Amino acid sequence: MFGLALIELPLLYSEVYRRQGGHRMITSAFEYHRPSDLAGALSVLEEHGDDARVIAGGHSLIPMMKMRMADVPHLIDLQDIADLKGITIARGIVTIGAMTTQHELINNETLAAAAPIIHEAALQIADPQVRYMGTIGGNVANGDPANDMPGLMQCMDASFTLIGPDGTRSVKARDFYEAAYMTEREDGEILTHISFTAVESGFAYEKQKRKIGDYATAACAVLITKEGSKVASASVAMTNLSDVPVLSEAAGAALVGTSCDAIAVKAAVAAALEDIDPTEDNRGPVEFKMHVAGIIISRAIARAWSRA
Amino acid sequence: MTNQIVKMTVNGEKKEILAEPRELLIYVLREKLGLTGPHVGCETSHCGACTVEIDGKSVKSCTMFAVQAEGAEITTIEGLGTPDNLHVLQENFKEHHGLQCGYCTPGMITRAHRLLQENPNPTEEEVRFGIAGNICRCTGYQNIVKSILSAAAELNAAKEAAQ
Amino acid sequence: MKDEITREERVTNLKGLGSSRKRVEDARFTQGKGHYVDDINLPGMLTGDFVRSPYAHARVKSINIDAAMALDGVVAVLTAKDLEPLSLHWMPTLAGDKQMVLADGKVLFQGQEVAFVVAKDRYIAADAVELVEVEYEALEVIVDPFKSLQSDVVLREDLDPTAPGAHGPRKHHNHIFTWEVGDEDGTNAVIDDADVVATEEMYYHRTHPCPLEPCGAVASMDKVNGKLTLYGTFQAPHVVRTVASLLSGIEEHNIRVVSPDIGGGFGNKVGVYPGYVCSIVASIVTGVPVKWVEDRMENLMSTAFARDYWMKGKISATKEGKITGLHCHVTADHGAFDACADPTKFPAGFMSICTGSYDIPIAYLGVDGVYTNKAPGGVSYRCSFRVTEAVYFIERMIEVLAIELEMDAAELRRINFIKKEQFPYNSALGWEYDSGDYHTAWDKALKAVDYDGLRKEQAERVAAFKRGETRTIMGIGLSFFTEIVGAGPVKNCDILGMGMFDSCEIRIHPTGSAIARLGTISQGQGHATTFAQILASEIGIPADSITIEEGDTDTAPYGLGTYGSRSTPVAGAATAMAGRKIRAKAQMIAAYLLEVHDDDVEFDVDRFVVKGTPERFKTMGEIAYAAYNQAIPGLEPGLEAVSYYDPPNMTYPFGAYVCVMDIDVDTGVPKINRFYALDDCGTRINPMVIEGQIHGGLTEALAVALGQEIAYDEMGNCKTATLMDFFLPTAWEVPNFETDFTVTPSPHHPIGAKGVGESPHVGGVPCFSNAVQDAFRPFGNRHTNMPHDHWRIWKTANDLGLHD
Repeated sequence: MFGLALIELPLLYSEVYRRQGGHRMITSAFEYHRPSDLAGALSVLEEHGDDARVIAGGHSLIPMMKMRMADVPHLIDLQDIADLKGITIARGIVTIGAMTTQHELINNETLAAAAPIIHEAALQIADPQVRYMGTIGGNVANGDPANDMPGLMQCMDASFTLIGPDGTRSVKARDFYEAAYMTEREDGEILTHISFTAVESGFAYEKQKRKIGDYATAACAVLITKEGSKVASASVAMTNLSDVPVLSEAAGAALVGTSCDAIAVKAAVAAALEDIDPTEDNRGPVEFKMHVAGIIISRAIARAWSRA
Repeated sequence: MTNQIVKMTVNGEKKEILAEPRELLIYVLREKLGLTGPHVGCETSHCGACTVEIDGKSVKSCTMFAVQAEGAEITTIEGLGTPDNLHVLQENFKEHHGLQCGYCTPGMITRAHRLLQENPNPTEEEVRFGIAGNICRCTGYQNIVKSILSAAAELNAAKEAAQ
Repeated sequence: MKDEITREERVTNLKGLGSSRKRVEDARFTQGKGHYVDDINLPGMLTGDFVRSPYAHARVKSINIDAAMALDGVVAVLTAKDLEPLSLHWMPTLAGDKQMVLADGKVLFQGQEVAFVVAKDRYIAADAVELVEVEYEALEVIVDPFKSLQSDVVLREDLDPTAPGAHGPRKHHNHIFTWEVGDEDGTNAVIDDADVVATEEMYYHRTHPCPLEPCGAVASMDKVNGKLTLYGTFQAPHVVRTVASLLSGIEEHNIRVVSPDIGGGFGNKVGVYPGYVCSIVASIVTGVPVKWVEDRMENLMSTAFARDYWMKGKISATKEGKITGLHCHVTADHGAFDACADPTKFPAGFMSICTGSYDIPIAYLGVDGVYTNKAPGGVSYRCSFRVTEAVYFIERMIEVLAIELEMDAAELRRINFIKKEQFPYNSALGWEYDSGDYHTAWDKALKAVDYDGLRKEQAERVAAFKRGETRTIMGIGLSFFTEIVGAGPVKNCDILGMGMFDSCEIRIHPTGSAIARLGTISQGQGHATTFAQILASEIGIPADSITIEEGDTDTAPYGLGTYGSRSTPVAGAATAMAGRKIRAKAQMIAAYLLEVHDDDVEFDVDRFVVKGTPERFKTMGEIAYAAYNQAIPGLEPGLEAVSYYDPPNMTYPFGAYVCVMDIDVDTGVPKINRFYALDDCGTRINPMVIEGQIHGGLTEALAVALGQEIAYDEMGNCKTATLMDFFLPTAWEVPNFETDFTVTPSPHHPIGAKGVGESPHVGGVPCFSNAVQDAFRPFGNRHTNMPHDHWRIWKTANDLGLHD
């Protein structure tokens, strides 16, 4: 897995305060690698095993390295690898290179037309500077329960392409996350692409946060398709309400076949709340998060339905 | 660890510095290149006082190693105007009292510069959203927003006049 | 000489009092050419960095520096043992206590300084800090001041529990002081007998000023000349010089303290921190400059916090709403050391302004200071020495009284305001308020926001909520504050024995421009711009021709620095007085040049004119030249003056604020729809600068009221020491503020100015808080503690049954 202690994000900073100091701006020393292709990146990973890690936008990893919560003797910069960039659509399948930044996601008109929920969600991540550097690959790969893209990708039933010494494989987002910072990805693998089928849907990404730049107090991604006046399909996924993103099958099922009326929404919310397990942190106690989660989920469903 | 030579173009000038991989771009700019405009205000990448422009992107230079900037074109506040020829943003920040202690100002103006490239005619809401990665403790943002909107209007008027 | 410009234009050209003159500081700041401490790079300079305690309370069993010292590039690792022979392991605080510079046998708060690493650069220093091995033995932690006063656990083993503290007898080994003012028996008698009494307990939570630039210093000992130069983030450079002299034994004339540009102070940079002391010692020991600049976590965890006041109030009134008495008791949590930057005789600052803007005949205030395992301090963050606490207290008590009386809170305030005719007003707790016209300001404010219309709207919204038509409620927050600033008269205001006067020294150059140096130091307030304006109006030289300098103790006259909104009231007065001395000499020079009597010329904007013959005059430029050029009988050459001003009283700015807020009861998210701020700071020197101060102070107030806090868990772990959790609003969270004003000059100030920098924060916090409280008042809320972040607002709604 990762050369990083299993620390849930809400506790991350409080762990840091308990350290004995040291200017939290300075990382430990490391060797820097900047391969020009995937093969080069993979070979460094293979050579150094646990001691090597890739860096995408760096805005999750570098702060952790500065805090000395992540020790990375060999850092592999992916920015020169052309294979990891680009957004393509072919036969209804959207493929996004892992090194595509949030800024690029937001400003890609083709993507905005094919999957507007990504545009809406990306605008709610962090702040303008972070969005210029933060990548979709970095956001989905590290298993940070507070990141927005994992839940969104589960909602969209996206797949992740992983390339390693043993070849290429595809893992569904819905199967990718095991626990905080623990994912299906093996140490020697690199997540290279995210792909999903673009389906015209009602959509919404609803996120409550304390301020711009904060992670979600509660966030929910909803995609709904309509047939006649009824819900044909629905997927509901939540962020930062468990140690992993949560796709609630039961919540989606509670909406299918209904007219998405108040009763159906209430049932969906109840089902979704069964599937989450928020922890207390500075944003608030569990009771508060559960209540807010319910509100956020119902608003997301309502908005998605209005666009279906 | 192994020092590396990093070649960058900074404010239009070619620079070559020697740095350990772990040296953050903010410290290389400030201490090896003498560009003390961008500042350090936190260590968790929140405050934006270190904001520079790299290859057309607004970037928090405290969250990047200098080695990552190999081959990049970097603009800091020092590159946005000269004493004899201030940038429109610099003039408007003075005109509209968009600063007090000055510590957030280099990052703020550098970010505003990129913002106006992204969106030359922003609404007030778009300006506020666009500078949400830059914290100010002194001004309450109101006059910063006024300064940026005024600069935008001036730039647009100049563009129109030129046409 | 015929005038080509009008008198009005001459006044405008001066850019004196009342001009929204653009700032001279902006040229360097907008071009990235500011000069802050971390910009300083001296030859051979080393970097210092701290090993800090992860524990809130523990014995330090051993410190092993071997591994750290073995690292290439590490020059020294200082511990308390190294400082002890110099008697520097402890240092006096500004509050009459002492605090550890480096851990001496134990640590008392998380983040406390344990060892100081000195290395060739910041990278080696950071690695070396990791290598210092400290063995701790955890002790029981106390974070609750009430439990602290009951606990057998002795926090301050260095203090004799039987001996009195700096402010009198101590009741318990964790007790610091009791400070009382007013008539307790009389007040209790009035309250016991009253028609109506409202009682409330409230907590003004701990927070932190968090200026964008953290604290730091560069100490440079010149062993050849025996001179110490200390650059640093100092809001009171002269006081730092005196303290440095007393601590180090180096005479003051051999110490030069320089405050360069400071990236925000807000009271965080008044006191002396271990980092300053350690960098001085390290420089003396190594003979080269040593820089110490903290990071953000260190700033939030170990430097001067703000507030942490538990306040209990009782207010009595007649049935008609006339207040008859006020009782206030405070339990003050000072953390591990009382390092409050208060004037010496005021361990609770000016909390006794807590009778507020109201004519209260009798009152009592008692404050008990307590030690806990938290960072030291208490007085900072635009507080005017506890006035934030005092005003929050009274502005909440008046709201609670309004609830008790079932009255409108605006009307209750109006009934009780001190009347204009009553000024100068002697408050029940001993302050003489200089001037005020509260009714005019209040009426203006309420009219501007259509207060009656707002209450109508609110009533409709309450009905709609109860009908189930909406899930948002509306709050109208009110605040009418009276500030007390401009510390202060030397007879009762001193910082470590230095009377709180301030100073201005002016020198006019032969070609008519000038330089003035002051004992204050701007951290963004724009002194270089505004003090030149005061002078311009006094001496008739354009502000653009006057350089204002502050912060270098080798050249600036002694002053007590800038905090507590004291610069305009005290140094501004000194500036005016020094200007008048210049003008007095200029008058004599003019008379000599015009060959008339001194009394036959009078000052007019920028010149001296022969009375009755306005075409005969000498400009200030001509007079300046003459001062260097003419041999005038009875007058020395040159044209300069200095004034040290001892203010006869504090000044009392005031204001009326209204906040209109919507609250989503299901998510706890507030939305500020309108904020109207009327400020009266007396004479307004630069309206643009004043407006900027209001915006900034209100934004800090929004932060404090709506979520910003320094929070600890039961083990004394700080939960909010990064900007992830320490709430600093971005441009997105902050609304536009409407500013307005009235002008009630201070009768005792030379130009009638009162100061304004802290007012918006003092008045703003209760306004935002009252908006939240008022929204829930129709549903049964009396008082809810701050901060009103999303989850606490949600909890208020939940407790009131609004989620059922």
